[in-house]
Amino acid sequence: MAEVTKGVEREPILQVRNLVKHFPLTQGVLFKKQVGAVKAVDGISFDLYRGETLGIVGESGCGKSTVAKLLMNLERATAGEVFYKGEDITKLTGRALKAVRRNIQMVFQDPYTSLNPRMTVGDIIGEPFDIHPEVAPKGDRRRKVQELLDVVGLNPEYLNRYPHQFSGGQRQRIGIARGLALNPEIIICDEPVSALDVSVQAQVVNLMERLQNEFELSYLFIAHDLSVVRHISDRVGVMYLGKMAEIGTDEEIYEHPTHPYTQALLSAVPVPDPEARGGRERIILSGDVPSPANPPSGCRFRTRCWKAQDKCAEEIPLLAVPEALKDTDSLAAHASACHFAEEKDVVGAA
Amino acid sequence: MTTTEKTAAVPGPRTPEAAGSPLLQVRDLHVEFHTRDGVVKAVNGVNYSVSAGETLAVLGESGSGKSVTAQAIMGILDMPPAKIPQGEILFRGQDMLTMSGEQRRKIRGAKIAMIFQDALSSLNPVLSVGYQLGEMFRVHQGLSKKAAKAKAIELMDKVKIPAAANRVGDYPHQFSGGMRQRIMIAMALALEPDLIIADEPTTALDVTVQAQVMDLLAELQREYNMGLILITHDLGVVADVADKIAVMYAGRIVEHAPVGELYKNPAHPYTRGLLDSIPRLDQKGQELYAIKGLPPNLLNIPGGCAFHPRCPKAQDVCRADVPALATVADGRGSACHFWKETIDG
Repeated sequence: MAEVTKGVEREPILQVRNLVKHFPLTQGVLFKKQVGAVKAVDGISFDLYRGETLGIVGESGCGKSTVAKLLMNLERATAGEVFYKGEDITKLTGRALKAVRRNIQMVFQDPYTSLNPRMTVGDIIGEPFDIHPEVAPKGDRRRKVQELLDVVGLNPEYLNRYPHQFSGGQRQRIGIARGLALNPEIIICDEPVSALDVSVQAQVVNLMERLQNEFELSYLFIAHDLSVVRHISDRVGVMYLGKMAEIGTDEEIYEHPTHPYTQALLSAVPVPDPEARGGRERIILSGDVPSPANPPSGCRFRTRCWKAQDKCAEEIPLLAVPEALKDTDSLAAHASACHFAEEKDVVGAA
Repeated sequence: MTTTEKTAAVPGPRTPEAAGSPLLQVRDLHVEFHTRDGVVKAVNGVNYSVSAGETLAVLGESGSGKSVTAQAIMGILDMPPAKIPQGEILFRGQDMLTMSGEQRRKIRGAKIAMIFQDALSSLNPVLSVGYQLGEMFRVHQGLSKKAAKAKAIELMDKVKIPAAANRVGDYPHQFSGGMRQRIMIAMALALEPDLIIADEPTTALDVTVQAQVMDLLAELQREYNMGLILITHDLGVVADVADKIAVMYAGRIVEHAPVGELYKNPAHPYTRGLLDSIPRLDQKGQELYAIKGLPPNLLNIPGGCAFHPRCPKAQDVCRADVPALATVADGRGSACHFWKETIDG
């Protein structure tokens, strides 16, 4: 089911429906047989609207990066659909896929490994034009690349330098320039600032916001840093073990979380204010995230949840607005996948 | 079945009871690396001290020299290429830099222990964790294999690894990231050291696990009344656990202060910039404050104040003179020519 959005009806640019990705686990060398599957993404649905930023947060192993790859069709989905302008891109191949990918680009986490060390910056940023020559005629490319360098705040003279001559923040700018080269509509950012120093992180976040306004981009912003996600996102989805636990506007999620996992996640974030120490209640979850190869029955969070009851082991909670809150104006009335969804005061990441 | 403990966070800043001489004092420490490209000046005159029961947070970005200082204290720098041309590291009043290798080994591990960032690469993948924990007792205390194993189980219990007796024979890859970091903590605690140096102990962990590990570390520190040097780049983690804080930039301490005052009223433009660049609620939709430019190249540190090319307050004097660490208040210093103007906002 699609989540309920309040306010103006907007046009979704990307619609994800029941997306599933299972990685098979095999045994044997000659006669391989499947003995199970890692359920990395197990039925998630959301919409991305034109010009908005949808933040996806979650801990390692929750499937957020797999979602990014599925949206790019870098991995084939096991089931489910991704509609881009009404067309299901999970089924596309060949020329049709190539055409769609022009409009959906990606910025990767690690600017050290996502740039080819043996290519110059000019070649790296210009490579998308080799694949889509219709965007920039051959003679025009050098100028285009220099323009892109300028747009992301690098000196256009750096064209012939190699990635190792740049710092982490500058490399991430190169990665962003490459993502912008084909004038895409959607950019999927997988932890774009996680590898950067605090003082440089702010520069890159500002750059991304400026580019979004300038080029009317839609961002899917995947990160584990909750305060950065809150700053940049219009809406936020929280993932846990291959499922969407809760989704809503940034205010709904950060100020009025109703899913116990979101509440625990927010309360665990260290707040950069020593005066808050001791004053706020923290929910410390025990244990680790279970293996996605063998997730718990029913609600996947139940093994670490303090509210868990028998019902949680039997029934998978659906991502929907909680019954009790359905007709209220409360900001807590947003989609949450918990049988006992309820607002709780947590002083979270500011 | 798991339970959820709800704890109030770590209690507020404590006053260290050992008002006497500090456990560890670093004085005017310099470390340089001689490389093919020239001399990299990683640490340029660092001073700090830690007392028993106290937590000092050393905050800095990559390349600020925070980890190199820690490695110099532990005596695990590769020399060459590293060189310590100047400085003293006093542990209980004794300079460790002039000690013999033999004496130093007796301190390392037994009196000062270290926890590294990446537990997976710090543990030996082909030996069971029980063997690696027991090694501490076999080598330092000459215990038998059996006695060492029993001690290892005890330690794993101490750091709250469930079913320790069953897992003592498991290998590092069989543990999750949080559990591996607990094993690292257990290993550091094994010989009940006086001082623990934790170098980004929770950076590789998820937030919910990070909270567990930091709580455990703080609890054990109180129990054993240890000194703790916490090296990190995360302003949130520091605010949660530190008593005092030293901010490093280009191999120097640019500001040191009790943790509350530093956050309330930073006395160095760099600290101010760092605090301002954290996204805050009321800034939604606005540009984040960003410190302009890039951290300096340590092969070629800018003259005068190393921060001047990035500083909004820079004047001619900043380009010419290296600012000394001026006393701002009792127990508080700032290495800025204009600390008075900075502290006033």
